[in-house]
Amino acid sequence: MKAITANRLRDGEVVFLGEGGRWVESFAEAALFARAEADGVLAAAKETAERERFGVDIYAFEVVEQDGVPVPATMRERIRTAGPTVRTDLGKQAA
Amino acid sequence: MNHIAPGARAGIYHYDEIDRQFVAERVEQFRKQVERRLAGELTEEEFKPVRLMNGLYLQLHAYMLRIAVPYGVMSAVQLRKLSDIGRKYDKGYGHFTTRQNLQYNWIRLEDTPAILHELAEVDMHALQTSGNCVRNVTTDPFVGAARDEVVDGRVYAEILRQWTTMHPEFTYLPRKFKIAISGAASDRAAVRIHDVGLLARRNDKGEPGFSFYVGGGLGRSPFVGKLVREWVAQEDFVAYLEAILRVYNQYGRRDNIYKARIKILVHELGLEKFTQEVEEEFARLRGPKYRLDPEIVEGIRGHFAPPPFEELPDHSDALERAKAADPAFANWLAVNVAEHKAPGYAIATVSLKPAGGIPGDATCEQMDLVADLAERYSFGELRVTHVQNLVLAHVKKDDLYDLWKRLDAAELGSANAGLIGDIIACPGLDYCALANARSIPLAQAISARFADPVRQRTIGELGIKISGCINACGHHHVGAIGILGVDKKGTEYYQITVGGDPTLTTAIGDILGPAVTETETVDAIEAIVDVYLANRAGEGERFIDTLARVGHAPFKERIYAAD
Repeated sequence: MKAITANRLRDGEVVFLGEGGRWVESFAEAALFARAEADGVLAAAKETAERERFGVDIYAFEVVEQDGVPVPATMRERIRTAGPTVRTDLGKQAA
Repeated sequence: MNHIAPGARAGIYHYDEIDRQFVAERVEQFRKQVERRLAGELTEEEFKPVRLMNGLYLQLHAYMLRIAVPYGVMSAVQLRKLSDIGRKYDKGYGHFTTRQNLQYNWIRLEDTPAILHELAEVDMHALQTSGNCVRNVTTDPFVGAARDEVVDGRVYAEILRQWTTMHPEFTYLPRKFKIAISGAASDRAAVRIHDVGLLARRNDKGEPGFSFYVGGGLGRSPFVGKLVREWVAQEDFVAYLEAILRVYNQYGRRDNIYKARIKILVHELGLEKFTQEVEEEFARLRGPKYRLDPEIVEGIRGHFAPPPFEELPDHSDALERAKAADPAFANWLAVNVAEHKAPGYAIATVSLKPAGGIPGDATCEQMDLVADLAERYSFGELRVTHVQNLVLAHVKKDDLYDLWKRLDAAELGSANAGLIGDIIACPGLDYCALANARSIPLAQAISARFADPVRQRTIGELGIKISGCINACGHHHVGAIGILGVDKKGTEYYQITVGGDPTLTTAIGDILGPAVTETETVDAIEAIVDVYLANRAGEGERFIDTLARVGHAPFKERIYAAD
């Protein structure tokens, strides 16, 4: 599985592509795509985000299932979805 | 704008009207560029180099803004402004870096022009903190105060700041370019790990001049800077540096980012050929146009005039009484306080490394406090060090105890300068888009393990430096113990090096063995320390000297015996 992410242009906030092409701030609301499907969705999302001046640095990342819950496969993406591991009072995890 | 009043504080360079107009125009230019980006008139591809030229990166969580602190010297007013910005536009803290700069990690693009405008109010900016240009020139954090100083590096760093800022010929170098200057007997600026390292000194006639080291640097291919010229007179200082930059601009590789730094050029061309090219260019440039006028030097030196020191005896009864009464203070005094050239004064290092803390981070409250203390005890100025601490350079010995008590109450009084708790760590994977592994948690765990100040002093001088990727922002190559984070199939591992040295006897550390996991790393560091303590020839023998004497074998055996 893959999810698609970006940083919001205006403020840099980490966002994810949700259902219906809507950008969401929480990974829990991110849409998940089969690998074969992800490339096409990513290309379309890049085009839309640039046209609408919404997001930058858009890419797809690997998602795995852990205890029945989808989680980013790499530490890098886990940190992006939550916040710095050394400051749990910062980032999305602080909300 | 409410600028710092010229001449209001000694030891700080004050902008003139030309400087101010220049920076103000650049802020307005960037404001329009941001507006155009947000309006869709610039693509990200077009905008990215523009924002980088204003110090604005995109990192993991948000935009990161890097502010230049020229040669690491600033006023209390400037630090208070950095605190204000951190509170107003970021999340209540800032991060001091190995480049003597300050970074904010949670900046909004739309706020950046306002931040740059506020910085300009106190004669600061973020220009040339990114991009393939001459970056912030660094120097000795004890500059202007150290007892072993021969030449004031601030004067020449400021000349370089003025000369290189937006220099059209050096705006698109093959890669970024870092210069460090030291003017003292001890190298506290790590000059030989910079693209150009300048060792300022005086000749037999007492005239200032420079030794030029070129081609040092860490990263993927670490090199120690090589001596290109033993003596360059002050009047030729700009011409010689310009000659080096021209040779680099002409021959530096632009086809391969990994081979583009001047260290690779010096290595591939060979020192002899490189030197010949520089000397030929220097011969062409040398003359009235590039001659550094002594009047210009003296004009700039005037900005760095010594503060109005009182005439004091070097011995302080108050200090001796406090030292006898408070062992924790006595420990801090022994570790964090250095000799000052003016009798009755001392240089105090403010540690940004509390046990278990994040190296280099300071809350806005801490910044405000240090600004207050700088005004009260150190003529209103302070310095950032390349090991991510702060320095109050001119403190009366009589005031040291009061200073320390106030620092200690704010978790800024750790007695660990130069000891095992004084760890350099890059932001690592917790913040940086380039990192492969986290650096900060390891720094926290190691400093917590060695929190006991008595144990730290028993171990003595031992620098640990941690980088989260091969770019080596944490200077791991020159750590007595270096730690490099690597990614192995999605898991963080750490490669340990030993024997690095950032001083004039510069050495790149050697890899001790295979990388170990995060949890194994702290135990491995403790094992290394244990082997050192068991093998050292007396308390005075430093870790790197014991290592040089006994070799790697006992350390390897202890860590990898079970493998």
